Amino acid sequence: MVAAPATNAPVHQSPAGGATLAIRNLHVNIDSREIIHGIDLTVNKGEVHAILGPNGSGKSTLAYALMGHPRYAVTSGEVELKGEDLLAMSADERSRNGLFLCFQYPTSIPGIQMGNFLRLAMKARFGDAAIKTFRKELTEKLRILKMDESYMRRYLNEGFSGGEKKKAEILQMALLKPEIAIMDETDSGLDVDAFKVVADGVNAMRGPDVGFVVITHYNRMLEYIKPDFVHVLIGGKIVKSGGPELALAVDQHGYQPILEELREQGVEIELMEEAGATYAREEPTEREHDPFRSHGLTGL
Amino acid sequence: MATDIEVTSKELAIHVDPNRERLLREAEKELPLEYSAGWSDPETYFFKSGRGVSRETVEMISRMKNEPAWMLDRRIKSYDHFLSRKMPSWGADLSEINFDEMYYYIKPASEQGKTWDDVPEDIKNTFDKLGIPEAERKFLAGVSAQYESEVVYHSLREDLEKLGVIFTDMDSGLREYPEIVKRYFGTVIPYKDNKFAALNTAVWSGGSFVYVPKGVHVAIPLQAYFRINAKNAGQFERTLIIADEGSYVHYIEGCTAPIWSEDSLHSAVVELIAMKDATIRYTTVQNWSNNVYNIVTKRAVAHENATVAWIDGNLGSKVTMKYPAVYLLGRGSKAEIVSAAFANQGQVQDAGGKVWHCAPETTSTITSKSVSKGNGRTSFRGWLKIYKGCVDSVSAMRCDAMLLDKECRSDTYPTIEVDEEKVALGHEATVSKIGEEELFYLMSRGLSEREAITQIVNGFIEPFTKTLPMEYAIELNRLIQMQMDGAVG
Repeated sequence: MVAAPATNAPVHQSPAGGATLAIRNLHVNIDSREIIHGIDLTVNKGEVHAILGPNGSGKSTLAYALMGHPRYAVTSGEVELKGEDLLAMSADERSRNGLFLCFQYPTSIPGIQMGNFLRLAMKARFGDAAIKTFRKELTEKLRILKMDESYMRRYLNEGFSGGEKKKAEILQMALLKPEIAIMDETDSGLDVDAFKVVADGVNAMRGPDVGFVVITHYNRMLEYIKPDFVHVLIGGKIVKSGGPELALAVDQHGYQPILEELREQGVEIELMEEAGATYAREEPTEREHDPFRSHGLTGL
Repeated sequence: MATDIEVTSKELAIHVDPNRERLLREAEKELPLEYSAGWSDPETYFFKSGRGVSRETVEMISRMKNEPAWMLDRRIKSYDHFLSRKMPSWGADLSEINFDEMYYYIKPASEQGKTWDDVPEDIKNTFDKLGIPEAERKFLAGVSAQYESEVVYHSLREDLEKLGVIFTDMDSGLREYPEIVKRYFGTVIPYKDNKFAALNTAVWSGGSFVYVPKGVHVAIPLQAYFRINAKNAGQFERTLIIADEGSYVHYIEGCTAPIWSEDSLHSAVVELIAMKDATIRYTTVQNWSNNVYNIVTKRAVAHENATVAWIDGNLGSKVTMKYPAVYLLGRGSKAEIVSAAFANQGQVQDAGGKVWHCAPETTSTITSKSVSKGNGRTSFRGWLKIYKGCVDSVSAMRCDAMLLDKECRSDTYPTIEVDEEKVALGHEATVSKIGEEELFYLMSRGLSEREAITQIVNGFIEPFTKTLPMEYAIELNRLIQMQMDGAVG
């Protein structure tokens, strides 16, 4: 059952009547080269959508374009956030309207203390009132994420380990309470403990008030954060959508069967040259040594 | 040749209030975002000289102050030297300074106030608006307020006075402590040093005279505040600080002026003498309005195991030329020069620092952070000299420049002369722009573009800000935010 480009039918409608995030026929260029060739995707609050795809398929491009990075130019298509034109908003307006991007590589900024930064972000999103409860909320979230108070006096991501950076991203997400959260390869570069803390942090947030778009390179993340919908993104298009079973299929057989299916149907897919090798199943050696499996943590 | 040299000094660490962060935030909430010191008072002065400077002007100033003959003699020699010296041409463009248009001596009141109530109403209101009496009550050990050419008010906490600390205006210093002044005046910066030092020595008035006796720690800062009010005014204060053996003092100066279309000139001379084991910390937050030429000579000597720190923030003025310097004369002495400059539209901030290592085991750090915006221009001039025989000396020079616009400019002129081989030396310079990724990251968390840039700039100069007492850190952050709004006239 292959449909390209695929769309998922919304399961339930957001209270406003429309979807929380509605992407229609989105095309995105980087430096005048088209990377995303028309994506349709609808995400509602309460849903978790996983986007799986090999390296270079356009996953991060989609994330950055939705958040409004100036270098990622939307050439056609529409995106609505809670019924409003997302593409007309600047990145800060998108954030204040409830969109959040959990960065794969969070930027370090020297001289800005984490605590002060969080306070400014909270104020931007919720106004002065949020400052009153900030302290209490922060303490609670720090506890969930097993982060020490001393983080707050450190400079923003400066000298943070991979795990610390990701935790800091989840912390920001937890405080800013987005309505749509995009998580870009949040699982990459994490050790077992950090991974579990991050996954727990996300799961703690799950609920009817937030929709997730979980972008990931392979299935590991999805064993912890169970998706409602799974989409496979290859060559700048969503080539297949389905339920959790699709993630399992990709995990077991890689992307090759999907590509063959598409070829049989005569669907043209533009593959990234540099990513050619990654369409096969993830290297078995890596999987065998997956620390999560060896620790028996899988499926917690 | 960049090497990583970590130079730390316990003496330089200032007391950090555990509530600093919270207090900073609270204080930042309701502050105005424009050059809030730009008003002017009516000129109802006790005395105002005519325009221009002449031998008669110099004699008149000395006569009005009833000075000893040696000072008049020094003034006249300095005036002659001023005339004979060419305008320095190696730095900022000074060709528009018109020495004949300036007023060289303005005495705002007939005498100095013993309390704020003795100070003439307008002037008192001005210092009220600048928050000086409030600061005095809250966190200062002593205050000196100079208005035009004279100190109109000064105070020193009684307990410090009892310990023998002297903090007074330079004119009173000369009258009341003639031997000390005669012994040290002009020894660190002779009048022949440069054209502006000569001018200052010829027409100086006001400034501070500080003496801290042996072993006395003045734990909370002394502050001097300088205000120019009149159009075309010249302010030539003269400061001399002597920290006797094993003593500690932190002196802070701030300055503002009204926004006039005519230029004013501020040309001070500041001499510091740190005796054996003494520490002097000298902090400046310069916020002159953008019609002031700010050309200041600041220099210190550090004797055995003494420490001198110049903390120098330059945000205002039309042109600033200032290179705080330290002669490390005694074994084990230390110099720390930290400067931050912000050059907005039409401003030139030509700053830096100089250190001469003249003894073994001496340590110096020169750190500069500069930000340029609009067509503003920053220059860093660093001078480091290590003489033969100064073994085991350590020096690190670092200058970072940030450019916010296409038209702004930043130049770096480091000079390093080392005659001794057994030393450790580091030099590093960087130039950066506000990164797209940094900006995007902050904006993706809801900060507006302006807020995000302000945060990045504040973060960039944070190594400077953190050396300031909290009240001044607040002021500095606010001033930078103001620069971002382009609200400065």
